[in-house]
Amino acid sequence: MKEFGYERAVDAASAVARVAAHPDAVFLGGGTNLVDHMKLGVTRPDLLVDVTRLPFGEVRVADDGGLRVGAAVRNSDLAVHPAVRERYPALSRALLAGASGQLRNLATTAGNLLQRTRCVYFQDVTTPCNKREPHSGCSALSGYTRYHAILGASEQCVAVHPSDLAVALTALDASVVVHGVEAERTIPITELYRLPGDVPSRDTVLEHGDLITEVYLPPLPFARRSTYRKIRDRASYAFALVSVAAALDLDDTGGPAPVIRDARLALGGVAHRPWRAWRAEESLRGRPAVEAVFRQAADEELADANPLPDNGFKVPMATGAIVAVLRDLAAAP
Amino acid sequence: MHLEITLHVDGERRVLALDTRTTLLDALRDHLGVMSPKKGCDHGQCGACTVLLDGRRVVICLAPAVAHDGSRITTAAGLAASAQTAGESAAEALHPVQQAFVEHDALQCGYCTPGQVCSAVGMLAEFAEGWPSHATTDLTSPPDLTDDEIRERMSGNLCRCGAYVNIVAAIRAAAVEAGEAEDPVVPEPDVAV
Repeated sequence: MKEFGYERAVDAASAVARVAAHPDAVFLGGGTNLVDHMKLGVTRPDLLVDVTRLPFGEVRVADDGGLRVGAAVRNSDLAVHPAVRERYPALSRALLAGASGQLRNLATTAGNLLQRTRCVYFQDVTTPCNKREPHSGCSALSGYTRYHAILGASEQCVAVHPSDLAVALTALDASVVVHGVEAERTIPITELYRLPGDVPSRDTVLEHGDLITEVYLPPLPFARRSTYRKIRDRASYAFALVSVAAALDLDDTGGPAPVIRDARLALGGVAHRPWRAWRAEESLRGRPAVEAVFRQAADEELADANPLPDNGFKVPMATGAIVAVLRDLAAAP
Repeated sequence: MHLEITLHVDGERRVLALDTRTTLLDALRDHLGVMSPKKGCDHGQCGACTVLLDGRRVVICLAPAVAHDGSRITTAAGLAASAQTAGESAAEALHPVQQAFVEHDALQCGYCTPGQVCSAVGMLAEFAEGWPSHATTDLTSPPDLTDDEIRERMSGNLCRCGAYVNIVAAIRAAAVEAGEAEDPVVPEPDVAV
């Protein structure tokens, strides 16, 4: 591993200034992804600025009734927070489906959001990868593509985003508060992540030196009827083949089936970013909460899917997962 | 770059100067001679290096030691020492979870065992706090420590000998003893096949 300096940040402004002025500096959170990449040679920073002891370690109820989650809150603490379990079960379930107990005790909220793809070619420095080494080529395109994208990929990159948390936050209309070099700004999570296009090396719209300090969850009362389902090759401790985060707002004041007033839906494991299923949501609104409606919404969302040689199964898997999750949510008391 | 840090390892204060590249695992094993946490994968995937860090179970192969200056670490060896009673040597003393591993033959080669034990102790503490898991049906009421719950909560510890069945039994027994779980009800054999 390349030698590096280590500094403990004393406040957000100086941490941002330090990293912004230093091209090969990075922020250190729990380190569970970053340090692994340093060992593998995937990333070679020469300065780590540790932001875990900055005052971003709390979950607070916002003035509007939403939640403000500090960037340094550990994944385990966020998953078990009473307000999250009660009001945003999809968020709890997404976190609990990720990694292992030991890793969740280390990993931070912002670190989870900024973890990088688990594409095996990205992590193997002996193989070409446009994300790791721009213009070197994509090994996945002619390689093993079981774990890769079916939506929104480019000829440059077919990697998927690995975070479960990010999928739940994408469904729940969350945003991130970013302390930048110039000013603080708020970015909806649906606009934080990029599709690969011609610049797959950039996962997000953040600039070098930008520090996520907080995640904001709007009140979204119907998120009490939300959940997260993850399908993977092992029952536990594996990344998603496909995952679904969903929330349903039902009007069951009349008729044989309740009517869908509103819905939130996002997919994981299918694209370079957590995939907000806008099209499916639009299809669901105002219609009865029955299986045929769920299936039609899923089909509309996946109409543009473009599977690779080894991952055609993800299309019916995502369709089935969407239908199953919506059916369970509609049937919940 | 070298930095001086202080670690409290199994109750002992240790001061050491480390290259920033040193992980907590290497600091313990290579610099302090604390060999209880094991190096398995060294990539956060196997759980062999699990210890209690400020009371919580974590893997320490991905933790830069300099980022954990001042922390308190309990290894499996430290768990045993903390269970030592009067008239018993440190080598004889075992934590109840360790005792349960011995009684249930919950290991073969033993390499993953210190990590399994630390993980189980940390996991039972999380359970006692009412933490749900991926296997929990209802997020808002206290879960039961079923075998499914134990398996899910221990999925971060691999055992290549495949002693999982007895590891689950050992943890369940330790939990029953600690009052965290009830003895499983053995179903009546189904004779009407």
